[in-house]
Amino acid sequence: MKSYPITIKPFGERAVLIEWPNKVEESILADILDFMDAFKQRKIQGWEMSVAYNSLTMVYNDDHLDFEEVKKLILDCHAEQVSPTIKRKRHLWTLPVCYDLEFGIDIEEVSKTLGLSAEELIHQHTSHQYVVYGIGFLPGFMYLGGLPTSLEIPRRAEPRLAVAKGSVGLAAKQTGIYPQESPGGWNIIGNCPVTLFDPNAKEPCFVKVGDKIQFEKISKAEYELHKIEGEVGIYKPEKVALDA
Amino acid sequence: MLKVLKSGFFVTIQDLGRFGYRDIGVPISGAMDVLSVKKANLLLENDPNAAVMEITMTGPTLQFDEPTYICLSGAHISATLNNQPIENYHVVKVDKGDILSYGRLDDGFRGYLAIKGGFQTDVVLGSRSQFVPVTKKKRLKDGDEVKYGKMLSYSPIIYEVKIEEHFHKNYLEVYKGPEFSILSDAQLTEIFTKTFTVSKENNRMAYQLSETIAGHSHSMLTSGTLPGTVQFTPAGKLIVLMKDGQTTGGYPRVLQLSEDSICTLAQKKSGDKLTFKLV
Repeated sequence: MKSYPITIKPFGERAVLIEWPNKVEESILADILDFMDAFKQRKIQGWEMSVAYNSLTMVYNDDHLDFEEVKKLILDCHAEQVSPTIKRKRHLWTLPVCYDLEFGIDIEEVSKTLGLSAEELIHQHTSHQYVVYGIGFLPGFMYLGGLPTSLEIPRRAEPRLAVAKGSVGLAAKQTGIYPQESPGGWNIIGNCPVTLFDPNAKEPCFVKVGDKIQFEKISKAEYELHKIEGEVGIYKPEKVALDA
Repeated sequence: MLKVLKSGFFVTIQDLGRFGYRDIGVPISGAMDVLSVKKANLLLENDPNAAVMEITMTGPTLQFDEPTYICLSGAHISATLNNQPIENYHVVKVDKGDILSYGRLDDGFRGYLAIKGGFQTDVVLGSRSQFVPVTKKKRLKDGDEVKYGKMLSYSPIIYEVKIEEHFHKNYLEVYKGPEFSILSDAQLTEIFTKTFTVSKENNRMAYQLSETIAGHSHSMLTSGTLPGTVQFTPAGKLIVLMKDGQTTGGYPRVLQLSEDSICTLAQKKSGDKLTFKLV
């Protein structure tokens, strides 16, 4: 196990923040996930953990926490070897996206700015695997890393008041999907018919931090079909196990 | 059922919050002023997590269709039961057909209506707190009906208490946030000596403060945020995240409010003045 140095800070009365080196790297994320597995193995009740890139926020809901005690526990877990049997399974998900102009309302402008044809843009967007470095901001919103530099484009100067649910966008070094309608400043290039957050599902968000996402271009007809299949609960996006 | 005859400015059902889903981006939600809620539930001998109605600024008009007992807390919004004034922190018996209504906002910003046994709305992801897209509806509207249990007779251990409102403080107690160290001496002086005004942009997600301090150019990777996290924008604006606040953010987290100070802030409205005090 490749272990990076960590810093542990108190974060208010009920939380601690653990920080890894200030970089977006898969090996750092793997170290964070290993730490979480080691911590969960101890089965201590009352903790919530959320990952974002190089940090882990740990919140203790049951009571006030003793920082020095928690710090020691964290350092112990960080030093521990995680047995492969308890390691969390990671998956590569293929998510369909319809890039038609009806959904990809900024695709013409984005292609022009990036100096790519729309076809080339779609080809590049769909030919990479993106790592899920965190889920936050909105329920089910994935922070994806690994966008090719050729697709980097600044946010729109004026954010929109309402971006449609499922919109797939580009902004700076990121690409992502709006899981619900919300205000937003990303450049919208398509729409994904898969529901990413469903509070009534057994697993409200099927994607987990550490998983990978690859987009797949679909037609309007396939989009409509997946949408209906999703509504009646018979559509599941394709997944394959990683590091199997 | 409690029938909402008129809904008021912003009325929601809240309990203590939705825990365990932060890792998929679901905010805690729950009552903004937990201290007021806990006291009202305590008087009614409810579970501390029993769902209450959170009433922001102006009150609804409500009609009960079963006898029960209620207790008001938090902001003082000139409440009346069948046109007779009722006070906060009193256990009040209500009968079938009684009408609870509200008048002028006298003190604070968020009032609570607790009911014997708690409101029985659907539990979604472990909580009744209203938050879209977890719950279908964002708030209560005219004509909505909210379920509660009938209670014919009940003798509370204590009927009423006199309470010094915790929200009369005009300062917020804060801890150092994770990026506290980016503050320069000049910024530190500003942040701890200036009086800040609650701006018009204040809601269950966040409270913005009107005054700015000298800005910064610190860039960081998106990281976790909590209710009570004070975000510091490059332009020098301070934004305090509240109960429906996002679970992650990219602005430096310079301060973190104490849990009690979140309750204090929840009772402040646009134009109210505040200072920060380091614990």
